[in-house]
Amino acid sequence: MEAQQERKVLTGNAVAAHAVRLCKPDVICAYPITPQTELIETLYRFQAEGTVDAEMVDVEGDHSAMSVLIGASSVGARTFGATSAQGLFFMFEPYVFAALQRLPMVMVNVNREAMSPNTVAGSEQDIFMVKDAGWIQLHVESCQEILDAIIMAYKLAEDPDVMVPVTVCYDGYYLSYLSEPVDIPAQRMVDRFLPRREMSPRLDPEMPMTITPFADSLVAEYRYKHLAALQRSRAKLEEIEGEFQHTFGRSYGGQIEEYRCQDADTVLVAMGSCVGTARVVVDRKRDEGFKVGLVKIRMFRPFPRERLVAALRGKTAVGVMDRNVCFGWSCGHLMVELKAALNDLERRPLLLDFIGGLAGADITLEQIGKAVDTVHLAGRGGQWQEVTFLGLEGRQGEKDA
Amino acid sequence: MKFLSEYEAPWSSGAELHVITTGEWRYQRPVLDLGKCIKCAACCLFCPTGSFKDDGGRFAVDLDYCKGCGICARVCPVGAITMEREP
Repeated sequence: MEAQQERKVLTGNAVAAHAVRLCKPDVICAYPITPQTELIETLYRFQAEGTVDAEMVDVEGDHSAMSVLIGASSVGARTFGATSAQGLFFMFEPYVFAALQRLPMVMVNVNREAMSPNTVAGSEQDIFMVKDAGWIQLHVESCQEILDAIIMAYKLAEDPDVMVPVTVCYDGYYLSYLSEPVDIPAQRMVDRFLPRREMSPRLDPEMPMTITPFADSLVAEYRYKHLAALQRSRAKLEEIEGEFQHTFGRSYGGQIEEYRCQDADTVLVAMGSCVGTARVVVDRKRDEGFKVGLVKIRMFRPFPRERLVAALRGKTAVGVMDRNVCFGWSCGHLMVELKAALNDLERRPLLLDFIGGLAGADITLEQIGKAVDTVHLAGRGGQWQEVTFLGLEGRQGEKDA
Repeated sequence: MKFLSEYEAPWSSGAELHVITTGEWRYQRPVLDLGKCIKCAACCLFCPTGSFKDDGGRFAVDLDYCKGCGICARVCPVGAITMEREP
């Protein structure tokens, strides 16, 4: 009998390629860009070896890559694409189009800093800059979760009640080049979990048509239905995870994961690869007797508003880890989102934002430890400021504003 | 919520595309006099929407997509096409 799963030590990019192989897309189109290139190279190797049977289209850039995928998806093909940073910005126009056409696509963004200055290092800056393009965004913590999230993403995007494209986001360098042991499931398990579905919409090559008709009178209705589909996708993800756990034995908590939160008065909210470090800090603080918890955000779009409000109700102070900046609010994007979500609470916890890990900088145990101490003391009347840049000395705004 | 259409996006769950016939925008239509037509295909080549087609040895306009711009009438070398106002 064929083994259920095979354990391999692989980089995040290679794991993503294995996930794509298992999901059997009909068309793959991606333009290489650091730190995503290894993923594309691995997929081409799989195709040469015969384990990937997709049509792989070579294009001259990311705008064309997304356009090819839109065409393929429009005739009912299962598609895969991948990009990062400047590539994502270059594909932005068709990226928005794919979402507003409600094409059930899956792609990967390997999170990277936005230049300038010229950097290819990791951060969440690129993907947060396109957060409201209408796609679902799933963020992951580990190489295993890259694999699992991609498989779940196809099921979510193709669900008849959803039909919204999904971007699976993993941190460049921290995960793309990190080698970890990963359980690769057998093909038949993935086939059972992810059966082929006859896809609409269906453009017919025999009857060529422009697929974005003028329909101004229906735009409000399309937007309303898109928002409704995004709302449905939140419960749907949790349903799909339940099924995933049943088949593969792994689960991540749905839209968010609450880690040691139940009796915590101080909570950290984080996402992506730094969650692993934050877990260690929470465990250490717990050993020292502090009631500290952690919330990991997995689904960033649509934002898990109700789950977060439930998780953070009654907490004294909340620290937010942001590996990005939001230029409009002079803090991180996650901070802005949390401020909006927690407005639903009558008594809101204090919110302290910590910006770190930009352009590949480490987020260390010491940094998160100090941040937790600051949040904890702030909840007890200690001095605090709203935004702290990790690694920058001095009190923010003292002489700058 | 009361919706205007069954369409989710420009498609419906029944795998049906929301097709818009841009011919509805037209206020005048080309009328071809087959007696004068010399089958030079200038109308087909110049039509911006590809609405003039070779329909088995004679030329015909697809009124679902013809927007009535009149270019065909202008380029016809023998004056076989006249634009007539839509009723």
